[in-house]
Formats: sequence, structure tokens, C-alpha cells
Amino acid sequence: MSYLKETPLDVRTVAHQVVSAEQGGVVTFIGAVRNHHAGREVLRLEYSAYGSMADLEIARILEEAATRWPAKVAAEHRVGTLEIGDVAVIVVAAAAHREAAFDACRFVIEEIKRRVPIWKREHYVDGTAGWVDPTAPAGVSF
Amino acid sequence: MGSNSGKQEGTGNRMLRIRVLLFARFAELFGETELNVDVGAPATVRTVLDNLRERAGGAQLPPSPMVARNRVQAQLDTALEDGDEVAVLPPLAGG
Repeated sequence: MSYLKETPLDVRTVAHQVVSAEQGGVVTFIGAVRNHHAGREVLRLEYSAYGSMADLEIARILEEAATRWPAKVAAEHRVGTLEIGDVAVIVVAAAAHREAAFDACRFVIEEIKRRVPIWKREHYVDGTAGWVDPTAPAGVSF
Repeated sequence: MGSNSGKQEGTGNRMLRIRVLLFARFAELFGETELNVDVGAPATVRTVLDNLRERAGGAQLPPSPMVARNRVQAQLDTALEDGDEVAVLPPLAGG
């Protein structure tokens, strides 16, 4: 099983992996494709990944969350071409109470952004394209 | 191939074949997603990056890119073994 999906993500499918009768608090983060970035109008995105390492890294992050909070967390990330409004990532954290669910959900999405080898190529309305680069002053590398 | 021959003792003669994976913008720089790089032992991640810098497109590699050895994040001085997979990772942009 891979955490990376080439087909549209479904929040109920992800939630189903962690929600149970003992869990009273369920927090969901959904990351969707935005129509603007760094002052440019975005038309669509292409996500690519180092798939085998991305899967290992997401598994490690979910394990870390499970050791830090009394919560169960599931996550999936899209790869391939996405249009504006498409869902790029889903994280669902379920816990007996809301505090652990919020904290674990926040941790997992932040660590996914920080550690998982996934890249994003933006195609702009003006016909140009660039690689999203959080380390570059403009936020994009060409 | 005698196990105690002089050649085996001097590691400098031994070559390591490293499978280099390139992604996203770095794949565009080199025009490849995968390269075999042969380096003399002992070698580190830095040895492989130096080799890449001498290839077409390599001059644009940043001084210290994020690198993974066999799917685990590595450092410039991480030692390599024959057959290792070294991935050179542009700035991550998932989520």
C-alpha cells in the first residue's frame, strides 16, 4: 500500500482508516490546489515524488505521531496533474479527545511538508511554469 | 582475486558504482532521472556530488543539496558502499 495516489483522494476513505467508536475527536486537514502563488495566477500543478522514500518517510511520520499523542493518524498525498480545487493531501487524526487530534494532525501535515520528497511544478495562466521552492526568495525556481 | 592481495588492501583501487537518482528541477538540469556514477573507494556523498558537478548541467547544483542514501536522509560526509542509491533532492514542496 502506498500513501501516494494517482487518483482523486477521498476524505472518507482516509478517515475510515482511523475513526472508531473510542475516538470522540476527529480532525481533518485537506490541502487543495490554490489558484495563486507568489503573485502569479496558477492554472494547474504537477506533483512528482521519490515514491519509495516518500512512502517510508510518511510511515515514519505517522509512527512518530502515534508515539507522541494518544491518536491514530492516516494520510494520503496525490501525485500527477491536479487542477485548481483538486485535493492534494489529506490528514485525518482521531483521538479520544480533541486536543490530541488537533496536535497530531498539525504535526503530521507540517512534517509531510518538511520531510517527504515530493515536488510541485506550477503552470501559470501566462503560459510559463516553475518549480515551487520554499527556499527561494520568490518562492519559485525556473 | 586473492583475499589478501595488495590490491584489496589498498582501498584506493576499488571502484564503487553508485546509482544516482535525480528529481524535479535537478532532473531537468541533467536531462536524466537516473545515472550510474563510478567513484573510487573510499567515497562519500560529497564525492558523488563533485562528480555530478563536472557533468553537463552540474554547475547549477547548489553547494549543499538535500541528499538521501538508500532512502534515508544523508550528510555530505556520509560514507557510501558499492551499489548504494543516492538521491539528490531539490527543495521539497509537498503538501
